[in-house]
Amino acid sequence: MTDITTLDHVVIRFAGDSGDGMQLTGNRFTHETAVAGNDFSTLPNFPAEIRAPQGTVAGVSSFQLHFADFDIRTPGDAPNVLVAMNPAALRANLGELAKGGIIIADTSDFTARNLAKVGYASDPLTDGSLDGYQVYAFDLTAQTIAAVAELGLGRKDAVRTRNMYALGLLNWMYSRPVEPTLEFLAHKFAKNPSVRDANIAAVKAGHAFGETTELFATRYQIAAAPVPPGTYRQISGNRALAYGLMAGAAKAGLPLFLGAYPITPASDVLHILANAKQHGVTTFQAEDEIAAIGAALGASFAGNLGVTVTSGPGMALKSETIGLAVMLELPLIVVDVQRAGPSTGMPTKTEQADLTQALFGRHGEAPVPVIAAASPADCFEAAFEAARIAITYRTPVIVLTDGYLANGAEPWRIPDLASLPAIDPGFATEPNGPDGGFLPYARDAKLARAWAIPGTPELEHRVGGLEKADGTGAISYDPANHERMVGLRAAKVAGIAADLPHAVVDDPTGDARVLVVGWGSTYGPITAAARRVRLQGRAVATLHLRQVNPLPTGLGEILRSYERIVVPEMNLGQLAMVLRATYLVDARSYSRVRGLPISVGELAADLETIIDEELAKR
Amino acid sequence: MTMNGSNAGGLAGVPLAVTPLNRKDFTSDQEVRWCPGCGDYAVLATFQGLMPQLGIKRENTVIISGIGCSSRFPYYVDSYGMHSIHGRAPALATGVAMARDDLAVWVVTGDGDALSIGGNHLIHALRRNVNITIMLFNNRIYGLTKGQYSPTSEQGKLTKSTPAGSVDTPFNPISLALGAEASFVARTVDSHRAHLTEVLTAAISHRGSALVEIYQNCPIFNDGAFDGLKGPDSGLIPLKHGEPIRFGADGELGIVRAADGTLQTVRVDEVGLERILVHDAHRADPSLAFELSRLTDAGTIVNAPVGIFRDVDRPTYDDLARAQVSMAADSAQRLSELQGLVTGADTWTV
Repeated sequence: MTDITTLDHVVIRFAGDSGDGMQLTGNRFTHETAVAGNDFSTLPNFPAEIRAPQGTVAGVSSFQLHFADFDIRTPGDAPNVLVAMNPAALRANLGELAKGGIIIADTSDFTARNLAKVGYASDPLTDGSLDGYQVYAFDLTAQTIAAVAELGLGRKDAVRTRNMYALGLLNWMYSRPVEPTLEFLAHKFAKNPSVRDANIAAVKAGHAFGETTELFATRYQIAAAPVPPGTYRQISGNRALAYGLMAGAAKAGLPLFLGAYPITPASDVLHILANAKQHGVTTFQAEDEIAAIGAALGASFAGNLGVTVTSGPGMALKSETIGLAVMLELPLIVVDVQRAGPSTGMPTKTEQADLTQALFGRHGEAPVPVIAAASPADCFEAAFEAARIAITYRTPVIVLTDGYLANGAEPWRIPDLASLPAIDPGFATEPNGPDGGFLPYARDAKLARAWAIPGTPELEHRVGGLEKADGTGAISYDPANHERMVGLRAAKVAGIAADLPHAVVDDPTGDARVLVVGWGSTYGPITAAARRVRLQGRAVATLHLRQVNPLPTGLGEILRSYERIVVPEMNLGQLAMVLRATYLVDARSYSRVRGLPISVGELAADLETIIDEELAKR
Repeated sequence: MTMNGSNAGGLAGVPLAVTPLNRKDFTSDQEVRWCPGCGDYAVLATFQGLMPQLGIKRENTVIISGIGCSSRFPYYVDSYGMHSIHGRAPALATGVAMARDDLAVWVVTGDGDALSIGGNHLIHALRRNVNITIMLFNNRIYGLTKGQYSPTSEQGKLTKSTPAGSVDTPFNPISLALGAEASFVARTVDSHRAHLTEVLTAAISHRGSALVEIYQNCPIFNDGAFDGLKGPDSGLIPLKHGEPIRFGADGELGIVRAADGTLQTVRVDEVGLERILVHDAHRADPSLAFELSRLTDAGTIVNAPVGIFRDVDRPTYDDLARAQVSMAADSAQRLSELQGLVTGADTWTV
């Protein structure tokens, strides 16, 4: 009888060749984890090359899943379990496996030739080099072939079900239900009964292998995490973002128009929205990034909610049009799914180094609200908020996410769209001038200008990049008018802060001396690191900024009330610079630019050192 | 209707004016600020004259321009308008046309704006066949930046930026548009009001991208750029669908297809009228239109065909894109359908 050990969290990484189906395996295991009630966070990792050579380290694709009986925030640093489908997968991932971790290896591909291909002189499964780990090595491929033999598949098709065999085994090890996956497979392969039956047989055989073999000393269980009641699904950042944009347009009663040019890691937003045309979504795959934002702005001029989605290099190309949108004062949403730069950089790796580009990357005084999503599911809220601000204030809004949020997934309590706040486009329909004319640059209390769309009689007017006369919108080179208009545009964006939640600090004990300030996707690592620090008995405060411009009301007072301010960012200190410049506080940068999320373990350890330093000053 | 009448016209979705409009209705309160003698005045006056004749509502007219002298055009017309970014007007207009099927969308651009910085957007708008009408003011010079050579300037052009003469080969805008799969391509001249009116009316009535090159004189930086057309043995070659291609003071010259397959100029009385090539703007194959475009001189322009080179029907990008999009008319229904999508199939309840 196998022992059952209860754990509070586990990090599993599935790794194999690009064609081995590791993403599907990971996604299915994630779903079963969700059904079991665990909190989870996932992160796929795949090569930039579409078909890297088989069996090479460059061709390894992996999927990491962190699940727990508590509220977790990141996909985890070091996996506890590595499923390695070939020598390359072992080679590429072993370095990150936790000491004493579990390795489940398919020995089928551990041939002399494959070992040599990735630089192993001898077989690590047998030469003792893995003695510090719990290694479970067996010919998973042969066992899969045997399990599906009677279903009449060719060898190639039979081998392709081995990911499901591995999934079945993991289901057994972590006491997950297999039924959801069996239902999923029955549905997915409904039109191909032999493939369906083989996949189902493989899952069951993998599960039975765990049950019957004495290879495994222990199986594990992780209790459900306490979460608010509701209906949940798992969602990636890019999908949540697309749904948030759609919800914003729907609540405003406007068609949604996306202009986009394919770019990693933002293209999935284009794919998702292109598949949603029955919901009033028009997608335009433009000839370049400039045309993509140009068409989006044109669509906004015509009364749609114009959106463009890109990543850093595309963002650079869009700068001039964002400037025009500032001048036109029309709604426009610009999403930058950040990736490692500069230039082409590392397209599939994450980074947060476009903050200053978003804040300042235009000529002239061109203020733009900037919203940064905190987690994959928060991309929905960030996009919805962007739509609300863009329409209400007649302004371009920049939404920053990143590759980690875009592809990562987590549970999401599905919102009731009917209960989301309505957004009023408030189109001008009547003349607003003293003499019965139309003043397109007359403003409301929020300083938002009158927005009349083509087709509205008597409100014909011209807009353009030349400076506008206050009120009339006519071309003006008047020095005093220009200064007034620069001030009005800045005041309008600054005034959005009055419409947003005040800054909130999380300081549970109320006596922390160190404040950790983050924005965007560092929310996960910072929150998880702070949890560890607090479990160690130290006090630390955290503050997360979703709205980076304008900064929330009350932030300066909070910053000034702590002795040490630490700003972890996946850049060289861009938010730290903004905080220092804005509030004259000694915000210190904690910089990591490795193309990876900030390590929770490393950050927690460093925070403990910093906290102890501050205590020693007392 | 387009000239060959098999498709809905370019203004098919645009509502008609209830009461007749006149030129003044299309004149804004802005002072026109082009140089004295600029060809742009003539085009503006012609445009303001023809717009009321179209019979559409003024508020459903949108003019999008880029940057340059001609791109000031929207400010002077009392319709909806946008003076956008250098070269990008076709991209913005594409968004307007895709978003709304009830607008007459004009693009105003110049040779530098459309063919240099905006070349990419121009060719893609044309190949997509977006329902927009592009007026390309070609003065063969950069005017607003005070006199540098442009992508249509003749080779050897002496300007401030090319004191030893330009070395670039110029574009032929008509050839470029035809190569970009444009469905309507025409050329006209700023000073020929009747011809300009006829060509622009045909262009806006065409459903799809229409490119109209307008020879336009810049009296300050490139005065007399088209004076070559006025000399002896020179001139415009009028293209009229279904008619022999004849030109010269009395139509004494004509175009024939020579034995070697090329187009050549002949004296009509020497070969007989029956040998003169008959223009066919509706031919599906653009080869003839391209050959005719090559009768334009690349250096000093002495001869140039004017009129409609090509006018063929093909589905427009915005119509095809719109056909794929639908939206519940009722907002609660829209939200309920979206709720279904957002919820998805793989859920669990806590």
